[in-house]
Amino acid sequence: MRVKSPSTHVRLEIALDPDPAGPTSIGLDPDLAGPTPVKPRRVHHVTQNGGLYKRPFNEAFEETPMLVAVLTYVGYGVLTLFGYLRDFLRYWRIEKCHYATEREEQKDFVPLYQDFENFYTRNLYMRIRDNWNRPICSVPGARMDIMERQSHDYNWSFRYTGNTIKGVINMGSYNYLGFARNTGSCQEAAAKVLEEYGVGVCSTRQEIGNLDKHEELEKLVASFLGVEAAMAYGMGFATNSMNIPALVSKGCLILSDELNHASLVLGARLSGATIRVFKHNNMQSLEKLLKDAIVCGQPRTRRPWKKILILVEGIYSMEGSIVRLPEVIALKKKYKAYLYLDEAHSIGALGPAGRGVVDYFGLDPEDVDVMMGTFTKSFGASGGYIGGKKELIDYLRTHSHSAVYATSLSPPVVQQIITSMKCIMGKDGTTLGKECVQQLAENTRYFRRRLKEMGFIIYGNEDSPVVPLMLYMPAKIGAFGREMLKRNIGVVVVGFPATPIIESRARFCLSAAHTKEILDTALKEIDEVGDLLQLKYSRHRLVPLLDRPFDETTYEETED
Amino acid sequence: APAYHLILEGILILWIIRLLFSKTYKLQERSDLTVKEKEELIEEWQPEPLVPPISKDHPALNYNIVSGPPSHSIVVNGKECINFASFNFLGLLDNPRVKAAALASLKKYGVGTCGPRGFYGTFDVHLDLEDRLAKFMKTEEAIIYSYGFATIASAIPAYSKRGDIVFVDRAACFAIQKGLQASRSNIKLFEHNDMADLERLLKEQEIEDQKNPRKARVTRRFIVVEGLYMNTGTICPLPELVQLKYKYKARIFLEESLSFGVLGEHGRGVTEHFGINIDDIDLISANMENALASIGGFCCGRSFVIDHQRLSGQGYCFSASLPPLLAAAAIEALNIMEENPGIFAVLKEKCKRIHKALQGISGLKVVGEALSPAFHLQLEASTGSREQDAKLLQEIVRQCMDRSIALTQARYLEREEKCLPPPSIRVVVTVEQTEEELEKAAATIKEVAQAVLV
Repeated sequence: MRVKSPSTHVRLEIALDPDPAGPTSIGLDPDLAGPTPVKPRRVHHVTQNGGLYKRPFNEAFEETPMLVAVLTYVGYGVLTLFGYLRDFLRYWRIEKCHYATEREEQKDFVPLYQDFENFYTRNLYMRIRDNWNRPICSVPGARMDIMERQSHDYNWSFRYTGNTIKGVINMGSYNYLGFARNTGSCQEAAAKVLEEYGVGVCSTRQEIGNLDKHEELEKLVASFLGVEAAMAYGMGFATNSMNIPALVSKGCLILSDELNHASLVLGARLSGATIRVFKHNNMQSLEKLLKDAIVCGQPRTRRPWKKILILVEGIYSMEGSIVRLPEVIALKKKYKAYLYLDEAHSIGALGPAGRGVVDYFGLDPEDVDVMMGTFTKSFGASGGYIGGKKELIDYLRTHSHSAVYATSLSPPVVQQIITSMKCIMGKDGTTLGKECVQQLAENTRYFRRRLKEMGFIIYGNEDSPVVPLMLYMPAKIGAFGREMLKRNIGVVVVGFPATPIIESRARFCLSAAHTKEILDTALKEIDEVGDLLQLKYSRHRLVPLLDRPFDETTYEETED
Repeated sequence: APAYHLILEGILILWIIRLLFSKTYKLQERSDLTVKEKEELIEEWQPEPLVPPISKDHPALNYNIVSGPPSHSIVVNGKECINFASFNFLGLLDNPRVKAAALASLKKYGVGTCGPRGFYGTFDVHLDLEDRLAKFMKTEEAIIYSYGFATIASAIPAYSKRGDIVFVDRAACFAIQKGLQASRSNIKLFEHNDMADLERLLKEQEIEDQKNPRKARVTRRFIVVEGLYMNTGTICPLPELVQLKYKYKARIFLEESLSFGVLGEHGRGVTEHFGINIDDIDLISANMENALASIGGFCCGRSFVIDHQRLSGQGYCFSASLPPLLAAAAIEALNIMEENPGIFAVLKEKCKRIHKALQGISGLKVVGEALSPAFHLQLEASTGSREQDAKLLQEIVRQCMDRSIALTQARYLEREEKCLPPPSIRVVVTVEQTEEELEKAAATIKEVAQAVLV
């Protein structure tokens, strides 16, 4: 019996070949419509010439099994009751209060925090707090060294024992192409630039903080993306929150995906434009919003909108799904909207040349009006960039908040980006970049396939290096993180509020630095822990594929 | 039953039947449009271009290109000049010890941290730096951000929500304005450094509170000020502020980007300068991009206040952590600050000297206190249009650069600032500038101003 759990609207979707006979339709397959569960059937992957998708698009979000949903709610209910009990005990001083309190002199001020706001933090998050903020003391490469911490008062405070847990397999850092290294050409080049330029800049881009290195970087980024010009900023989060307000203002409309990152939401809010949210990756919902917006105009005054901006991400890091870019671009062209693509996780990680989701779908980068991304994930540095037409970049150079008020990028960081980008492009004369991109793609496919075969529920697209494994129950969040660390594997677990309340998950980030041995070790341990914690919820057991290379005419059968 | 009773009931039943079968009143007449009309509307609609075109001679379009490190002697657009424009107050930008510490960290950790603080992005260097900053400022805890602008812009919305009241100075910098905008609280501006105006606003608020005591019990009040104002170069009157704080029960958030590492006997900022107990200030926020010559920012204060940001500071939770080499550079810079506290007195001396030397230039006035290492030169008499003023100042800057003094105009976003300061030239004093260089700069500016403005 499979019943849709009330708070999840995800369903099993297998993209079929879009209608090949339709120049009139924009290629949306009626079977892809909304939330009705599609019965799984045989899927044939055949390349489409002339269709919107040049390659198969396989995305699956299996439904939460009913029993698991009920047990999860029961779990949260029990925790909430105990939370109220503990709060009561603490209020009447029966139990010791561990957390910091207000100063004596300020006791009659209005309280800084509402007790209710922090209920979740005090009573649920504190119990499993040791799974986050784990300090490391080495390069965040394929293996890392974690500093051991102990808590004698149930996670209210931590003490460092002084030991380090060495050689922990790192499945949590965003190190997609393996550039987080402390040896090699990137590090040497960065060291040289550090010696020459120093570390800080102490001024903004528009005043006297624009170094020749920044100009070099921007030219390189523009040629990497295939756009006319680009501009680089010191922080990826700030790139979104400071540039969206520069592009849109009151009287414009922003159509934002449901699961967009906090930086996109903050940027949209700060701009003052009207925000409407469409269902995650759902093109019917987006089309309906576009139609309604143009036909009805602004609310109440009915004036036409000044501009419409669609905000999407390349890879959504909590779901592992890839945006349906061909359809979004077709919609954008039909309705004359502008597209802002945030490739924080997909730049370097997708596509045969590592140029991101545009490369992955084989589309033209000029179709995307604003291509934004960060250097933190695939380039092993920090910062963000925006690429697009020259007019756009000229405008941002004069009107971006970051160019006027924020310090520019630090020179060694800039050099790291330049070296790693040249490596990916193959400009440094080696094939290292290409190999890394291919290794990542292979790792992704292998890891996802093995996990699905074991029987876990894995969300997301088959090609996305972000692999969410569903845990659901609150107790299993803590148990999974701790058991994996005992077995020397560092994983990231996420719960509410980053995800819906019953859909907590463990998220693996694959890397080109992971060798097959590392992946096999990790898979073995995940298998063990999965059996121990009873995490293998999947009803759709995949028939194991024969080990042959994946080509476009492979048939894949799924059985119930 | 009386007849009129039956008749009334009959009429009522007929009315109900009529209402049930009448057409519902549609508010949206537009939904009666036919499909063809909708398609026509879609065809006809033309959006504005994504960005308006920028003319080639927009004053902010072409940046000055600095080749090489932006240190004391700087090469701008190919010309070698003495740097009077970077906020490198303590000259730590090309200090060999700082560079060596950063290099060691680079060799150990690589460049990036590849993750936010919550997901294996916390390095022992970050914990070290937070510890050292807390000890240096004599507070319980400190928290680090990876971007100076994001520090105060994430700290304010973490505490102040919709419905809370924030009293902020008119000359507050842009980062504070963005933080306030993100918080959606009620903003009340008071005149720059005018405690009487602030008291008036606080009194008005008190009267409001008495009308609605239930609401007043849950409305938080904050006063946001800067230690040393970036836009005017003046110091905030902190002792009076602390008095007002206890009188009207508002919390103080102090932004010390310019005063950290500058004011006070040991460089601890404006609290040390006035001798105020640091626990009286609820939150001190500063960026490490000025005196510490690194990148990033920090907030420090009591654990009760700071710990909250670890889960609700947006720039902390949702962003990658500070690269370890920058954190190591900041630690080394702190070491240097602690080892020679004499540099703060030297810096103060130099500030006083140049402040005096620049008095009495015809056409330009010095805006800022004698203690402030970053002050402004504004036109004494404006021409009437901001553009004209800016052009004149740009000409002065250009001629100074020709004579090897690197200066810059203070840049603002004209349409976004709440209270736009008048155009000015920013002059920055650092410990590395010698007395001759200071004299030379003053003389050059005098000469050029004479030539351009008279």
